[in-house]
Amino acid sequence: MKRSPLIPYLIWMVLFTVVPMVLVLYYAFTVPTESGVTWSLQNFARFFEPIYLRVLGRSIRLAVISTALCLILGYPAAMVMAGNAFKRKHVIMLLFVVPMWMNFLLRTYAWLTILERNGFINALLSFFDLPRLNILYTNSAVVLGMVYNFLPFMVLPIYSVLSKIDKGVVEAAGDLGANPFQVFMRVILPLSLPGVVSGITMVFMPAMTTFVISRLLGGGQFTLIGNLIEQQFLVVGDWGFGSAISVVMIVVILLSMAIMSFFEGEEKDVALW
Amino acid sequence: MVRFLKRSYIYLVFAFLYLPIAVLMVYSFNDARSRGVWGGFTLRWYVELFQDRTIMSSLYSTLLIGVSSAVIATIIGTMAAIGIHNTRGVQKKLIMNVTYLPVLNPEIVTAISLMILFVFTRVRLGYLTLLLSHITFNVPYVILSVLPKLRQLNKHLYEAALDLGCTPLQALWKVIIPEIMPGIITGLLLAFTLSIDDFVVSFFTTGSGVSTLSITVYSMARRGINPKINALSTIMFTFVLALLIIVNVRQAREERKGRNGKRGPKKVSPYDPKFGSA
Repeated sequence: MKRSPLIPYLIWMVLFTVVPMVLVLYYAFTVPTESGVTWSLQNFARFFEPIYLRVLGRSIRLAVISTALCLILGYPAAMVMAGNAFKRKHVIMLLFVVPMWMNFLLRTYAWLTILERNGFINALLSFFDLPRLNILYTNSAVVLGMVYNFLPFMVLPIYSVLSKIDKGVVEAAGDLGANPFQVFMRVILPLSLPGVVSGITMVFMPAMTTFVISRLLGGGQFTLIGNLIEQQFLVVGDWGFGSAISVVMIVVILLSMAIMSFFEGEEKDVALW
Repeated sequence: MVRFLKRSYIYLVFAFLYLPIAVLMVYSFNDARSRGVWGGFTLRWYVELFQDRTIMSSLYSTLLIGVSSAVIATIIGTMAAIGIHNTRGVQKKLIMNVTYLPVLNPEIVTAISLMILFVFTRVRLGYLTLLLSHITFNVPYVILSVLPKLRQLNKHLYEAALDLGCTPLQALWKVIIPEIMPGIITGLLLAFTLSIDDFVVSFFTTGSGVSTLSITVYSMARRGINPKINALSTIMFTFVLALLIIVNVRQAREERKGRNGKRGPKKVSPYDPKFGSA
């Protein structure tokens, strides 16, 4: 077999992946002047203005909270599903992923119906004469939306690691006198760390860069990093600053990938499922 | 007892996952505009949905872009996978790393980089740019679906085909392609799903007048609740559910068949590998 079938892809890759990234870098490191453009770090310097640092702070805070909630909710779920509580394991897994197949926007939109002033939750509360709950267009709603959308990204990698753990190892720990808590802390948890790390990355990154959830559930006044990038390109037209923020995001991702592969040790075939 | 608790926990998680969808579906049949009250059963929103020209034309664009980008991405991706499989060393590493770039990048970064490219080269934003962008983010997933199949392939099959008188092209077409077909199909389905589900990349790379379903839903949802979106969600969810059931029943049947002899095709996993939809 020859390598010639690779050629169309190589051309495609250069045109639509490499060149666009180079253009992003170009815009990030240049500023327009009267006589054309000059190289500059000005766009990155702007990022450290208090107003943008606050955006960064809010993005990190909400992303950390969502990731922690996903982990707290998701780890036990992954453990139960990997265990033998259910006879038809694949049906349970299927039920778990079906909601993910619905359009991302529609899933987020669904929470609008539930959370709004006259929505499902308030209808339920007023039926029982309870005070109304107004969390739509607040941080809580954004976090809820993130947890709802990204929970499977946490559960699936943990599940796949847990279900590969050799049952014999767990039994051996028990035979050697460890109680269930010790078995969990000293055997199961350490063995599942690669799954936890990849789950954290897979939730944290989209939570950091989303602009849809914050826009729909957080209302107009909530700006996260994603919204900031969107505004620079579609509203303000400041491509330089928008590109600089994107470059920062790429660097953060590369760093977290490096940390992840450090945890996972030797890189194996990256399997998507 | 412990088993009961464990099961209840999973049922609670399922309730969390399904409740919003269920509420959405129930309200799509509600005859009152205010969501707090139940105004009786109606199909009014479904009628209005099908009369809405914006929604219908964006449905058409979504399917058109979905099918064409999936087919083109599958062709480019399958060829690329065969090529990558025969590449070694630094070259292979470099190609794989660039391939992972659109998978690992936040969607918004992929989106703005493509937008910069199109505006920079003065390509008019519209169908063409949408199609090019969708192919770009689909190809890596096709490659990643086909590569494992190539690795499982018996190396000597191709040589045997040549020895028995096939030309290299015939060997590829008659031996290699049928062997890796399950991977190609998985890649095709995945690409189609990713394409119709995409919002972020489409949002940045489309021009005036061309809108996909996701973009239309976004602009409607920004203005608040609209029962037509509920009706649309209900239809889409039912459709996806039906599709998944059909695929799974077929696989279960193939697996049962497979046990008596030849192994059936590898399971098409319903796991969405698109880590980073935002």
